[in-house]
Amino acid sequence: MKKIIIVLLLVCTVFVFAQKRGGVLVFARGGDSVGLDPGRETDGESFYATVQVFDRLVDFQPGTSIIQPALAESWSASADGLEYTFRLRRGVEFHDRTRFNADAVVFTFERMFKESNPYYQHGPWNYFNSTIGDYLVSVEALDEYTVKFTLNDRLAPFVSILAMDFASIVSPTAVRKFGSEFFRNPVGTGPFVFVSWQKDSQIVFVRNSRYWREPAYVNRLILRVIPDATARLLALQKGEVDIIDFPSPEDIASIRRNNELELIQQEGFNIGYLAMNIEKEPFDNVLVRKAINHAINKDDLIKGVYGNSGIPAKNPMPPSLWSYNEDTPEYEYDPQRSRALLREAGYPNGFSSDIWAIPVVRPYMPNGRRAAEILQAQLREVNINVEIKTYDWGTYLDRVFEGEHGMAMLGWTGDYADPDNFLYTLLSEKAAEKPALNIAFWRNRAFNELILDAQKTSDRGERTALYEEAQEIFFEDAPWVPLAHSIVYAATRENVRGFRLYPTGERIFRDVWLD
Amino acid sequence: MLSYILRRLLQFIPTMLGAVTVVFFLISLAPGDPARIMLGERAQKEQIEELREELGLDKPLVQRYGIYLLNVVQLDLGKSIFSQRPVVEEMLELFPATIELSLVAITIATIVGIFLGSLAAVKRNSPFDYISMSGALVGVSMPVFWLGLICIMLFSVILDILPTGGRINARYFFLPITNFYVIDSIILFFQEKDWSYLTSSLLHLVLPASVLATVPLAVIARTTRSSMLEVLKQDYVRTVRSLGVPRFRIIRVYALKNAMLTILTVISIQFGLLLSSAILTETIFAWPGIGRWIYTGIAARDYPVVQGGVILIVGIFLIINLVVDVVYALVDPRIRITKKAE
Amino acid sequence: MNTTIREMLFLLWRSKAAFFGLFVILLFYIVGIFAPVFATHDPIEQNIDQRKLPPFSEGYILGTDELGRDLYSRIVYGARVSMLIGVVSVSIALVIGTTIGMISGYLGGAVDTISMRVIDIMLSFPYVLLTIVIVSLLGSSLVNAMIAIGISHIPRYARVCRAAVLSEKEQDYVMAEQSLGAGSFHLMFKSILPNVLAPVMVQATLGFGDAILSAAALSFLGLGAQPPTPEWGLMIASSRDFVTSAWWIVTFPGLATLFAVVGFNVFGDGMRDILDVRLHD
Repeated sequence: MKKIIIVLLLVCTVFVFAQKRGGVLVFARGGDSVGLDPGRETDGESFYATVQVFDRLVDFQPGTSIIQPALAESWSASADGLEYTFRLRRGVEFHDRTRFNADAVVFTFERMFKESNPYYQHGPWNYFNSTIGDYLVSVEALDEYTVKFTLNDRLAPFVSILAMDFASIVSPTAVRKFGSEFFRNPVGTGPFVFVSWQKDSQIVFVRNSRYWREPAYVNRLILRVIPDATARLLALQKGEVDIIDFPSPEDIASIRRNNELELIQQEGFNIGYLAMNIEKEPFDNVLVRKAINHAINKDDLIKGVYGNSGIPAKNPMPPSLWSYNEDTPEYEYDPQRSRALLREAGYPNGFSSDIWAIPVVRPYMPNGRRAAEILQAQLREVNINVEIKTYDWGTYLDRVFEGEHGMAMLGWTGDYADPDNFLYTLLSEKAAEKPALNIAFWRNRAFNELILDAQKTSDRGERTALYEEAQEIFFEDAPWVPLAHSIVYAATRENVRGFRLYPTGERIFRDVWLD
Repeated sequence: MLSYILRRLLQFIPTMLGAVTVVFFLISLAPGDPARIMLGERAQKEQIEELREELGLDKPLVQRYGIYLLNVVQLDLGKSIFSQRPVVEEMLELFPATIELSLVAITIATIVGIFLGSLAAVKRNSPFDYISMSGALVGVSMPVFWLGLICIMLFSVILDILPTGGRINARYFFLPITNFYVIDSIILFFQEKDWSYLTSSLLHLVLPASVLATVPLAVIARTTRSSMLEVLKQDYVRTVRSLGVPRFRIIRVYALKNAMLTILTVISIQFGLLLSSAILTETIFAWPGIGRWIYTGIAARDYPVVQGGVILIVGIFLIINLVVDVVYALVDPRIRITKKAE
Repeated sequence: MNTTIREMLFLLWRSKAAFFGLFVILLFYIVGIFAPVFATHDPIEQNIDQRKLPPFSEGYILGTDELGRDLYSRIVYGARVSMLIGVVSVSIALVIGTTIGMISGYLGGAVDTISMRVIDIMLSFPYVLLTIVIVSLLGSSLVNAMIAIGISHIPRYARVCRAAVLSEKEQDYVMAEQSLGAGSFHLMFKSILPNVLAPVMVQATLGFGDAILSAAALSFLGLGAQPPTPEWGLMIASSRDFVTSAWWIVTFPGLATLFAVVGFNVFGDGMRDILDVRLHD
């Protein structure tokens, strides 16, 4: 009897263990990758695939925007902040069985900026150029497992930037072998090995059993393209796929109700906002800007435009980003107060202006036109009459960058997990030079000094304090109406375990298993 | 005879050239700067200029046209702006999917259409005639994309018997050889003795092919009926009939055979049209073919892709028309004369 | 002339199908013109709290859509939009196409060759594709969709008209007027035009249905009408998200389109048959 029980127990353990290992995981998403060379691509769908194949020197703790060591075990910065030295992990192999070492790191970066590197021509290296391109002077191998990056100026977010997908370490042997075809034959050190890619249909990977972290549980990973959100959900319900990206907001409720499905959500790494052009009357008056902030009912806006997939914003960056200031106050929806402020500002009868509506669907703004209609109606309540203007996307951007608008909608999705990417990029004095991304044309001395200080500081704690203070100044001076952060959804079948969404938008499958 | 065929062939070249020219200018003149659209919020002026230069968009239009024409002749349709891959390469990768879908659709349309049409002709004015011809009329009046949605709702959601999209069950470890999935799964059957690939790829074809077949089916049925009626009226058919040849034989041997020329013409033209209506069907059923490729190309202002896709479809369309005309002329000498009169 | 019309009306009355088509067309026009009378709600006004109500609930005969707009009223106004699409695009095609066909057929020679070459090039595009290409040049909007459809319909009218002119040109009355010294313009538009009108009108009726279908297809692809216009194709497009949750949003706009197009096609077919009979006689 006892023996039988022991055998049964053993069988059970094996069974449980066996279940965690193995199987095919199918992930359905809305669009195909453009290419699979992490240095070259610029779109999220491409990075969905490259992140499976490649590793970076640093990456994120699961489900967060906090940096952790990856291919680099540790790193240090020189006192002047111009030199970063990384100690690399030993015993890591690329999928082509070549060794990962300092030379591979040097090669990866040099092909993105050294014109003498024969593979430089396979660019453009857009993300590299727009992030560290102006700063990086050299990358040197100090020994087999030590690499030194030299910059020409301080760049506080440097390590965060190295967690971006473009900084994935590629196999130099494979790049040499495939040349301009590398983007269809990616070889890295990552948890999955690339097998095949059928355009607009699917990309297939198999498990890398020699992965330097705990190898992935599933044997095979398939990224399948199903453009229509409802069709994705149908495929999930039928069990054709295991995880779907971006279910339609319309279907969120039914997914919640369905016992066979699991809904997973994550605040998007973005912000949608309404910028008021401070170079134009009456927006130069802070009272007017505050009045407008009080006139907007964000809950109604979100209900009408974002459906289930948005949360109201108060700070100029997403809540999942470190140093987000929970304590900054909020402008309550209060038309009375708004009218009073307008009176105080010298506009007892309100005024007329225009509001620019984004013509395309963006992650931070699902329907610009509808949002503008709702804002228009809300502003009418406080006697501000706005005309809605819209152009095709290119023209729209050109014109708002030149400051032709009174009020204009725009937004931003974080490139990397650093507040600098929001506050400096969108609100600094530098960004207010035309063509300006700071389309409020807000030039605030105190705010500007804080974010410049933060750029020059390496200590996370100190930087957090600086950024938190900057957010308070932003609130006081109210150059925008921060509208909303979108919520990103995914849904899985209930037997899928361990799947998490990352604030930075990555889809990681190495710790996912099928029950 | 030969001179007609030659003349027809010579006509093909300027028409094709004209079509390429029209496509190039229409699409290049379209508003929206692809460089701007690609870079979005992040773009700085210099970056856009750089990208424009890289894409060759900074050159004058006429020069770009010259370059394009020269390349087209060498079967080089440029590179996709977004994927940076040669357009021809992407085209070849996606084309089998469209051809597979279209061939199955036109086969369904032909078989069912001829069957319905000839039966309706024989049983003229019977309830069957009315019902099938009303059905055909509804078929040609159908918004096809709507029919697709209704079919998905009915067969995938409510009855839950057919897949909604894609070409094969994604879970299968399926590495295409020819990219015609039906052929590939037959090959796999011989290798692995496993039917499931074939079943799955056929099941995935049912809805999109039927929806795509709707309009051609209706047109073929209507044409078959009217041309059969035309033939049945002819003296020689009456004579044969009076000789006591069985009805069924008359239909099969005399009527259908003689009406076939007209029907074949309609079928080939419908096949050409089908390739362009695939834009809608492929979009609905997530079918990774040329149609969806063009559609996404339009949305993304990927000029080379749209130009290439349109030229491909126009080219096939023209070649089909050419072949039909030539065959027609070979079979029926009268055509040459009437064509000339036109 | 009068007798012809009376004769045609009689034949029309005899053909049940064509009469049904005429009935549908009239219904469609009446609903389109008097849309505000037929509609029970504002077709554009949103009511976020009343989203996706099924048919026959709370005064919404066909239910509400994803933004709480009354589906029935949107379909009623959609008739107006489709009517507009039909009228505008068919007029563009009719006027330009007939003129080209007339001049080309009447003058012959180099003018004829050149214009027919152009028409050939246009015909070398499958029709759907041509509209799509033209719209991508003009930019996505309802007006541009109408123009694009109009342009791509030109060849049919040009061809039909040209063929008719060629056969009319040989008729005695033209010869007679010509010998009396009538001017070309007079001959083309005063003498020949009325006599080639019949086949052109049949083409126009059939073209109307086609125009509605193509406009719906363009809107479905995002190249035609833009939200919140109550256009049928656009309504079908936005209903894609609801195949699992709200069948009525998917079903009714398509049915309306189908119904209207069937009307035009039945009527056009009937007219053609009648004319064929008349011509044969």
